[in-house]
Amino acid sequence: MSEAEAPALAVGLSHYLTVSAILFTLGIFGIFLNRKNLIVIMMSIELMLLAVNINLVAFSSFLGDLVGQVFTMLVLTVAAAEAAIGLAIVVVFYRNRRSIEVEDINQMKG
Amino acid sequence: MIVASLAFYLFSFMAVIGALNVIFQRNPVHSVLWLIFTFFNAAALFVLLGAEFVAMILVVVYVGAVAVLFLFVVMMLDINVVVIREGFLKYLPVGATIAVILLAELAIVAGGWTFADRANVLRVVRTTSEVSNTEALGRVLYTDYAYLFQASGLVLLVAMIGAIVLTMRRRPGVRKQKISDQVNRSSKDTVVVVQVEPGKGLS
Repeated sequence: MSEAEAPALAVGLSHYLTVSAILFTLGIFGIFLNRKNLIVIMMSIELMLLAVNINLVAFSSFLGDLVGQVFTMLVLTVAAAEAAIGLAIVVVFYRNRRSIEVEDINQMKG
Repeated sequence: MIVASLAFYLFSFMAVIGALNVIFQRNPVHSVLWLIFTFFNAAALFVLLGAEFVAMILVVVYVGAVAVLFLFVVMMLDINVVVIREGFLKYLPVGATIAVILLAELAIVAGGWTFADRANVLRVVRTTSEVSNTEALGRVLYTDYAYLFQASGLVLLVAMIGAIVLTMRRRPGVRKQKISDQVNRSSKDTVVVVQVEPGKGLS
């Protein structure tokens, strides 16, 4: 945890946090950019979950605590379930409306 | 040591490149393939961090299951690629603004952050060099976190049932074999005995 005497090229925790922050930001960016395609939005959500996983594993590794990796596996499980349900909803929506644009999803509006 | 550093820079750079391509690709199929690329690089980063089991799970679950599921759905839906790109430039400014703000916030948080003084004491399950990562994870996962493990299995079960129920449909034009109808069918309902007079035939 003392990064002062580390060599110049050494990779510390902050490097991993930077990568995960960039991936998370790209995920958010993708959600805003791809308003016409629900599937790309779901892929962006997967990217954000991946960034969170990188964070958890990096902290787990640098702290020497294994619980972060256990939590990563739980996040993976929830991500898989979310992808399955979300894609099923997309398929059902496409059958009804022949489109997966975000602007068309207003059928539940009162 | 320097090899590990260079590997980190290579894999993280490739992961960011992959994420950029996921967002900016014109064709959703290419997006899925770049997503797989990103997952592979993230798994390599996990290996560098010493979390081999999670890395392999990432490859198996994400690349093997989730990304292939995405691929199938993208190929099943007949999406017009040209229409999809409409409004891309319209949402670019607001998306870029929010992304820059979020990145700045994350940079501020990461810059001013340090470990707590008691962080070493507060560790729940310490990693040891005596056993491998997989074995250590298994020892924790099936004992202390057994309930959470079971609960995640339930989450997957509910997701599976939900996906099946959502996508199941009865199509009117398709003929299917109904065994119960065939068994319950009796000759009285379907067969009629007609006396045919000679020379007249059936009208």
